[in-house]
Amino acid sequence: MTKPLLQLKDVVLKVNRNTPEEITILNKLNLTINAGDFITVLGSNGAGKSTLFNAIGGDLSIDSGQILLNGKDIAHESVEKRTRFLARVFQDPKLGTAPRMTVAENLLLAERRGQRRGLLPRGLNHHMAHYKELTATMHNGLDDRLTTATGNLSGGQRQALSFLMATLKRPEILLLDEHTAALDPRTGQDLMHLTNERVSQDKLTCLMITHHMEDALTYGNRLIVLHHGKVTYDVAGADKQALTSEKLYSFFAEIE
Amino acid sequence: MSLAVSAIGQGLLWAVLGVGLFLTFRILDFADMTVEGTFPLGAATAVAAIANGMNPLLATLLAFCVGALAGLITGLLYTKGHIPILLAGILVMTACYSVNLRIMGRANVSLLGKSTLFKNHFLASLPQYFDSVVLGTLIMVIITTIVIYFLQTELGQGFIATGDNQTMARSLGINTDNMKIMGLMVSNGLIAFGGALVAQNNGYADVNMGIGIIVIALASIIIGEVAFGDLTLNQRLVAVTLGSILYRFVLLLVLKLGFSANDLNLISAIILALCMMLPVFKNVLNFKHLVKRGLDTND
Repeated sequence: MTKPLLQLKDVVLKVNRNTPEEITILNKLNLTINAGDFITVLGSNGAGKSTLFNAIGGDLSIDSGQILLNGKDIAHESVEKRTRFLARVFQDPKLGTAPRMTVAENLLLAERRGQRRGLLPRGLNHHMAHYKELTATMHNGLDDRLTTATGNLSGGQRQALSFLMATLKRPEILLLDEHTAALDPRTGQDLMHLTNERVSQDKLTCLMITHHMEDALTYGNRLIVLHHGKVTYDVAGADKQALTSEKLYSFFAEIE
Repeated sequence: MSLAVSAIGQGLLWAVLGVGLFLTFRILDFADMTVEGTFPLGAATAVAAIANGMNPLLATLLAFCVGALAGLITGLLYTKGHIPILLAGILVMTACYSVNLRIMGRANVSLLGKSTLFKNHFLASLPQYFDSVVLGTLIMVIITTIVIYFLQTELGQGFIATGDNQTMARSLGINTDNMKIMGLMVSNGLIAFGGALVAQNNGYADVNMGIGIIVIALASIIIGEVAFGDLTLNQRLVAVTLGSILYRFVLLLVLKLGFSANDLNLISAIILALCMMLPVFKNVLNFKHLVKRGLDTND
């Protein structure tokens, strides 16, 4: 059973508004995301992929159109408010974690994503056993470094931690912005496998930007292509499985 | 002996400033110039209130509130007005100068013959200078405990995360603007509280007593860090108080060497600059490295 979880209707987003350099990044973009969708997002540079994420996340405000979560317009909610249903992993491992706080402290912060933070003690010790188990699933030594400041971790460990933090408290929507691109190929593939495992296990609704056509074809149940601020290609299910990189390449050659 | 006790007492009273500035300088990771205005603001508020017959303890707490208000203004200019933090601090600091003159009515107000926190039976019965040691210890234990507790709460962790990685903090739903405003309010509240204490200890408030305050507060933070090395966050907060006492001993030494009290601002600035450049010196003067270079033919 599928129902629309997030709908973008005729979303227009411009930068450098009211100046001669005004550019329309999202141009009447329409997209309906169903609960449980794992969508890979392709598109050339400047197609609007990251802007789409920033519009959903609230970092950029849209000029017109609607962003509906379960039918309710959230286009004017703040970034902080949207984190109640939304989690993100950024491309740069440095953006996703607090460098001077320990791995466990970072996880604890993520546990309260979008919730009120009060003057109660944080209760870190109650969570340590759980965090140990959880980080062990990453198979990269993170579980031995729970009390290490994240600034001292490798990029791969930091990004694995960012991913764990994003999924620790189940998000209604998970946005992955080329989250393996800054890692070496092997570490990147490891994290990709873990991502796929976690998303399908927890039945997360997920959008993943990638420049790897292979990854876009291998993972997820749906694939979209952005071009000039619009969704120009959208396949799901059996059609997506039948898709090959040759077909995709020829499609890209056509639209360019 | 009495000089050493005096240095410890002064160090403890001035340590309030170090802990206050720690919240912005070390945790939020920016230098807040407002403190140069809120220190005399706290002093002026407390002295004027006491001169008008207010209970000294209430007057000191009032100083905290007025300082927090100044911090609120800096915070709003910075977060909502998008004025760079350095300039926002300087604006409020400059404005405070006029406000302080308004509060006091003139440039210098004495507390001669008035009651202060130091003039109660118990503190007055102690040997000379021990009053500031006892009161300073009590205050620093209370303030440090509260700050340490706060930093371990859910809110405190969000506050630390804001200074550490703003993008991440926002993506986890932490309202970073509010965190910065809160930090500036508490920090400037504490600085004004320190101003109220120092003014009562000196027996007067002067409109120019804020000059160089940020250097003195930074000195206690940096000297504490340099002297005690790698510490946890909680230990570093305690080290601020010890750093503040050490700094007083350094000043004592400098005065003993024949410098006058008028030279203290210059000397404070030099001490702080040297301490902050220590990591650079360590690299330049790395002895092992030099020896190794001398021996290693491939280098």
